[in-house]
Amino acid sequence: MSPALVVFLVIGTIAVASSILVVAMRNPVHSALFLLLTFLCVAVLFVMKGAEFVGAVQVLVYAGGIMVLFLFVVMLINVRHLPDERVLSNFWKGGLLVGLAVFLLFFTLVRPGVYRDQAASDQRLRTTYKYHHRKVLQPDGTVVRKLIRRGTVEGNSEAVGMALYTDYLVPFEVASLFLLVAMIGAIVIGKRELSAIEEENIPDYMLARSEKEHEVKEAMSA
Amino acid sequence: MPEALPSTEAYLMLSGTLFAVGLVGVIIRRNMITVLMAVELMMNAVNINLVAFSHRFASLEGQVFTIFIITVAAGEAAVGLAIIIQLYRLKSSINVDEARELNG
Repeated sequence: MSPALVVFLVIGTIAVASSILVVAMRNPVHSALFLLLTFLCVAVLFVMKGAEFVGAVQVLVYAGGIMVLFLFVVMLINVRHLPDERVLSNFWKGGLLVGLAVFLLFFTLVRPGVYRDQAASDQRLRTTYKYHHRKVLQPDGTVVRKLIRRGTVEGNSEAVGMALYTDYLVPFEVASLFLLVAMIGAIVIGKRELSAIEEENIPDYMLARSEKEHEVKEAMSA
Repeated sequence: MPEALPSTEAYLMLSGTLFAVGLVGVIIRRNMITVLMAVELMMNAVNINLVAFSHRFASLEGQVFTIFIITVAAGEAAVGLAIIIQLYRLKSSINVDEARELNG
């Protein structure tokens, strides 16, 4: 058994166990921390398949950004589950059955030996392609400009970056627009509007201070 | 490279397991934050599939799509958590069974 296989088995077991714990834990904070562990294990799996940049993005965005957001909201809402309160939905038996069915479906669909793995195939995942024009002298004397593609083996991050900024430029810009829209949407939805009831609940010291400021302003203008 | 990497089938089975666990979490949990976490788990399972096939077919498309999926997941988490906060202000509870104004 090769070392890579051992690492895969260990990391995969941790990922599956912690994902089950995400679903099984009562406290959302515990769920969030096990989700963090799952994300880190998945990042290791990405790196093993030659996707170093995606693994780094996984750690930065998921483990760094999204998990902090989840923990922040859990702290903000501060729901306490009573010990005898039900955590599971009414149809949890049906849910478990559906999950088992999907699991068996995937296991019967994936038959070993269907995808023959090539050896040493992650060379092309590190290749950056650059395009340039070159004037080529044809046999009949005319000069034709030809588009020439040259690939250099650098690294996975360079290759993904080049693909993002050339072949996938429009989806990349659309994704940035999507993030802007999501940010504005989150702010608008999450904003608290002051209702009439809350305006009445302004503390007394703030009311006294605003009255005092008002008096001072009137005295100044007089 | 003579060293044997884990096969594509192993990755597919792992991602199928993670997807099934996430699906069970979405269906059976009542806490809306946990449901959103289970959705993130399912998205991660899909990402594992894409990266495994990107390696198998030696093409970068899978990795680029994984990055876009991570972007969408980040936006989805932000908007979903804002909706959860608003629901908590309205109902003082984040139970998915409580939000049934439309009689769903």
